[in-house]
Amino acid sequence: MSLLDIKNLSLTIDDTPILKGMELSVAPGEVMGLVGESGSGKSMTALTVMQLLPYAARATGRVTFDGIDLLAATEDQMCALRGDDIGMVFQEPMTALNPVKTIGEQVAEGIRWHTKASRAEAEDRARKMLDRVGLPSAKFPMSRYPHELSGGQRQRVVIAIACALKPKLLIADEPTTALDVVLQAQILDLLRDLVAESRMGLLLISHDLAVVTEMADRITILRRGEVMETGDTARTLSEQLHPFTRQLAQASIHVPARSKPHGLETGRSLLQVEGVTRDYAGRRTSLFRRAPDIRAVDQVSLSMAPGQSLALVGRSGCGKSTLARMILALDRPSSGTIRFRGETITGKSEAELKPARRDMQVVFQDPYGSFDPRQKVEKLVAEPLHVLDKKPTRAERREMVAHALHEVGLDQRDMDKYPHEFSGGQRQRLSIARAIITRPKLVVADEPVSALDVSIRAQILDLFAELNQKLGIAYLFITHDLTVARAITDEVLVMHDGKIVERGKTSDVLDHPQSEAAKALVTAAPDLYRAIARRMREQG
Amino acid sequence: MTAYLLKRLAIAIATLILASMVVFAVLEVLPGDPARLMLGLNASADQVELLRNQMGLNAPLALRYLHWAGGLLSLDFGRSYTYSVPVIDLVRERLAVSLPLALIALALSTMIAIPVGLFSASRRGRAGDTISMGAAQLGVAVPNFWFALMLIYVFAVWLQLVPAGGFPGWSAGIWPALKSLLLPAVALALPQAAILARVTRSALIEVLNEDYIRTARAKGLPYRAVLWRHALRNAMIPVLTILGLQFAFLLAGTIIIENVFYLPGLGRLVFQAITQRDLIVVESVVMLLVAAVIAVNLLVDLSYAVVDPRLRTRQ
Repeated sequence: MSLLDIKNLSLTIDDTPILKGMELSVAPGEVMGLVGESGSGKSMTALTVMQLLPYAARATGRVTFDGIDLLAATEDQMCALRGDDIGMVFQEPMTALNPVKTIGEQVAEGIRWHTKASRAEAEDRARKMLDRVGLPSAKFPMSRYPHELSGGQRQRVVIAIACALKPKLLIADEPTTALDVVLQAQILDLLRDLVAESRMGLLLISHDLAVVTEMADRITILRRGEVMETGDTARTLSEQLHPFTRQLAQASIHVPARSKPHGLETGRSLLQVEGVTRDYAGRRTSLFRRAPDIRAVDQVSLSMAPGQSLALVGRSGCGKSTLARMILALDRPSSGTIRFRGETITGKSEAELKPARRDMQVVFQDPYGSFDPRQKVEKLVAEPLHVLDKKPTRAERREMVAHALHEVGLDQRDMDKYPHEFSGGQRQRLSIARAIITRPKLVVADEPVSALDVSIRAQILDLFAELNQKLGIAYLFITHDLTVARAITDEVLVMHDGKIVERGKTSDVLDHPQSEAAKALVTAAPDLYRAIARRMREQG
Repeated sequence: MTAYLLKRLAIAIATLILASMVVFAVLEVLPGDPARLMLGLNASADQVELLRNQMGLNAPLALRYLHWAGGLLSLDFGRSYTYSVPVIDLVRERLAVSLPLALIALALSTMIAIPVGLFSASRRGRAGDTISMGAAQLGVAVPNFWFALMLIYVFAVWLQLVPAGGFPGWSAGIWPALKSLLLPAVALALPQAAILARVTRSALIEVLNEDYIRTARAKGLPYRAVLWRHALRNAMIPVLTILGLQFAFLLAGTIIIENVFYLPGLGRLVFQAITQRDLIVVESVVMLLVAAVIAVNLLVDLSYAVVDPRLRTRQ
């Protein structure tokens, strides 16, 4: 007898079909993994179960939870179920908590509401729950506010809210996507323990096949609102009978073909970072006192050859983005020098930096936020051209944009469109076109594929590899995702607490990490084949 | 938190000093000699000069400013040129009318605006929202003196529930005094409430799209509880900002409304003082209003920190 049973569920929003004949079930104590690309209807499935759909949504079919028909349930019945029998954890821990209420209030609120317990009683239970999710009272009193906690800690609070009343079913929608791999492993462990403790059913939604494989007993693969395949995790993924399952599995471990590291023979160095340190002023604690400075980057030295592809990996907050900003001359080091093509760029004025800016460009993580929605592609991709000495004519500019679009696999007619007309993957191609239009020698890419679906991500990695071969562009990839580092880079730098703690050939570092920080990253990183092998042993 | 408080306080004091300089300077350069005005058209130049000396009007500007500002600090505003009584007595008497009026209006405006904003935001795009926001639009557009006339016509002339104007004084009893302040307060409050309701609605709509609202819903709280417990407090910052600004408008608004309702308040006092060139009264009342507005804005700044814990730790 399953706890949650979804039968022939169809969902439309404003007459757009979102789910078509969806089937899914979760038994008590079972972990069901729901996998699919963005827009496949994973989150909408979760919101249908919670009955928190947008106003314009219409659901038909049958959704039964513990014998209750959820689609026919009244709002009062749903309120009684939500937070008591069904808990939910969301993707973005930074914004999931109310900023003006203490964590204690937020955990205790649901307990008081459902059990009618007294304030003291509810706070007592909330305290126990916070201890349980790894936020002990000594360091995390109930009076803390969300802004005083990190992302991983906030996600623990969200889990404490969802699990405070020992729900029969927990729905976790991409619970670790916004966290670095080490935090991800910790949160997944916590979820696994909570399932084991109280025979809770867990519906784990993720786009990451490796994460789901590590966690789920059974797996449901969703594509464009339809279930492609469902079954035991080990069998489904080892046999890969369904073509879409195979496509997903292959895309998530895709390594682009790169014949040889490009341009390493010259021995000349493209970028030299020497003893760079960046301090931020400490927070003011009173009118006359400040906390000591925070050292974000601590005595970092590194060098890059032309055409080399280098990964800078580390946990969130380790200083990797600060270092990248200094390399791009968007931030000034407190001490140390940075040389680019042999010239010092630290301490130069904006006018003196122009030639250097032409040769270095950047690709950001979020392909949705990095374009002005009111400008056409032609103007957006041509943005970096202002660093050229001579302003190109309109015809020249169109020619250059067309060429850049062609190189990233887009059509030159796309230049008269607006950003919203493109998908996430296409937008990331646009960011790359924008980065290569000045023929740079170095592209700094800050988590360039972590917001993309696995199949799109494979294509973008291919594109990076191709441009490296064809144009000899050197890459500095900033990432916490080791599969990206493995796929596309020659060397890896591991950063921890502002320092570079390990450097070496990508395969050496990832296969035989030496430093504690590198070991922690490698152990925590979900690996599809390792996970399948373990599932095979467990499930026979 | 202390740093935040001290900083706000310092800014408030600096603003007050600057405002006092501006008020003093502006009234100094305006044409019109109070001594000549007091003595009438037939006075001789010598008589005027004598009075100017007596009033201290011939002393250097800086000295006169310091003298005046020092007087303000010890609540000695000087003597009115026209009434020949200490300004402080005039002000005290008038404040007993204007302050209750402004406070009642502020309370009314908040009590109308926040429920209407909540109602509208929770029914966004539906009939209830359209109707209440249409009414608010009307409230913003119509001037308060017209409202005042309509209110007099309906409640005083037609229904005869309240007096059409005048103020019996607090000595006549609390209820008769309040009754005569009721219509002016409503007339003052309605346009302010309309603006505040729109601000409340849009702040709430923004907050209702936040992730933590979904978290609260997933806890099992009904929509209404989420609205009151989670959304409203987060939407308070813009609402408080507007409320602080409105207090200034309410004080200024009393000048018109007090004239419509024949109320012996500060607004009427300042209006008469201006027409009679009673500079010292104008200066004093304007400074009093400035101080009140600055104090209210200081209160608003402090209430931000009460509402939002992030402001207590951050700069």
